[in-house]
Amino acid sequence: MDDSRLKTPARLAAPQLPSTPAFWRSPVRGVRFTALLGVVLLAGITLLFVTGLLSYAAYNPDLAAVNDKTPDKGLLGFYLFAWPTGPHWLYRLTQGLHVTVGIVLVPVLLAKLWSVVPKLFVMPPARSVAQALERVSLLLLVGGVLFEFVTGLLNIQLEYLFPGSFYPLHFYGAWVFVAGFVAHVGLKLPRTLRVLRHGIPPAADELATPDPAPPTLSRRGALTVVGAGSLLLLVTSAGRSFDGPLRRVALLTPRGGAEPGEGPNGFQINKTAAKAGIVPADTRERWRLTLAGPAGEVRLTRAQLLAMPQHSAALPIACVEGWSTSDQWWRGVRLRDLAALAGHADGRAPDVLVESLQPSGPFRTVALRGNQVADPRSLLAFGVNGEELSLDHGYPARIVVPAAPGVMNTKWVARMTFGGVR
Amino acid sequence: MRRLRRWYGAGPLHLVLMAASFAIAAYAGIRLLEGGDTYLVVLWFVGAALLHDLVLLPLYTLADRAVTGALGRRRGLVNFVRVPALLSGLLLLMWWPLITRHSHRYEPAAGMSPDRFLGNWLLITAALFTLSALWLVVRTVRSRRRVTKGRPSASH
Repeated sequence: MDDSRLKTPARLAAPQLPSTPAFWRSPVRGVRFTALLGVVLLAGITLLFVTGLLSYAAYNPDLAAVNDKTPDKGLLGFYLFAWPTGPHWLYRLTQGLHVTVGIVLVPVLLAKLWSVVPKLFVMPPARSVAQALERVSLLLLVGGVLFEFVTGLLNIQLEYLFPGSFYPLHFYGAWVFVAGFVAHVGLKLPRTLRVLRHGIPPAADELATPDPAPPTLSRRGALTVVGAGSLLLLVTSAGRSFDGPLRRVALLTPRGGAEPGEGPNGFQINKTAAKAGIVPADTRERWRLTLAGPAGEVRLTRAQLLAMPQHSAALPIACVEGWSTSDQWWRGVRLRDLAALAGHADGRAPDVLVESLQPSGPFRTVALRGNQVADPRSLLAFGVNGEELSLDHGYPARIVVPAAPGVMNTKWVARMTFGGVR
Repeated sequence: MRRLRRWYGAGPLHLVLMAASFAIAAYAGIRLLEGGDTYLVVLWFVGAALLHDLVLLPLYTLADRAVTGALGRRRGLVNFVRVPALLSGLLLLMWWPLITRHSHRYEPAAGMSPDRFLGNWLLITAALFTLSALWLVVRTVRSRRRVTKGRPSASH
């Protein structure tokens, strides 16, 4: 260590505590550095929040109790609307953005937290009521953002360590975080923009250290490292939203790499038949589809269903976990034709409750809205890409609905109740 | 108004913003606490902030200081170790359950083995350090050339 530095006044006042500004010695810290990361996060997190709210709406939680994982949402569901069926890649886009942008923002977030850490230790913690409130609000902000990123990253790795069901934790957690986020942006944005436009005199820079260590990395260099981290994450994960060679590039992300199988049924599987507890024998000769509606109950064999008019639709599977497939070519019976068979022959498509053969699971039963039943691309599919469905993709019959989240496309369908959904 | 500023420490806009923020946070927070094991949810929420600020950040800061210190007078080279190590560590931190094969649900649900993640992470790490080493070689060769033929070329 250089002796001359030991004689500086800041050094003489030994021992150094985190509450003294000279404890923090990185010459990279500074208000402008933090401001740059801050505006990137402002844009990115706003996108995460909006796409998150859209994903929540995509499950149509206001349609039926079975769709609603957060029945006590109250006013937080104020914006809910009937999730549309077009464009058919809508959920693939919004949820792909939600998860991929979230992954890519991690280095920016960590750098931002690093850049402001000296403020955590400032003594006294607050000089006024206003500052005390602001500190509490920062706990919502920092605790909230880490809670959301950690639950999200664990959920896409199917590692359900968090203390409850993912849906309420991630949804309510987002609102708690956003409360802190809005306050923070409201208080800091004017100065952030001023600093970015006009710079900041060194004397006014409370984040810059009074006793800088010899520099090993410039501020621009530090930003480049953060950018490199984001780029690395983008390259190793974005391919999970596509089939084929692009997915192979996604080396380090769930559902990246090679496809799980080969041939027409080789694309990504939401949940395998074995994991869902499907007994193969129940899907063969003894399988019947029960249609219920004003006309009473009808039980149909697979042969009877295949004798009905068959239609095609090119639709992706897009999961809440952010991965998706390219369009697959599905073939089957239109949901609205099944609605007519169940007694809704007046042309107005009703809501439908779809039940799977799978014995349990949060999405064993889901409700689809009238607009989803009415879309001519919404099918009860028996085949995909020119071949019969594999057991893992829902043999003998599965739902496909344009723009609906993956789990709303029920596999191994056993019963459909048209109308009277609550 | 001046009395408010003296007592509160900021303008009325600040107070309104804080009040609105806490109202929304309380409304959602009650539901968050009921959305799981209440005690554990609080632990996760507060613990995430504490774990980051008091454990993760000091750990990587100390690791960085150790590397810089070990390089001694050649501390200018620290970035050639620091950057690949940081990127590799970031990947390990984010994909820990998959890389360590801790995520038991992945294979049965996806029908894909998680075994490749450890290998891929090691390969990416190796690639990052190799790139860094190449960069160092290129920089060293260039700076030597500049030293050896600096003067004659300047006189042309």
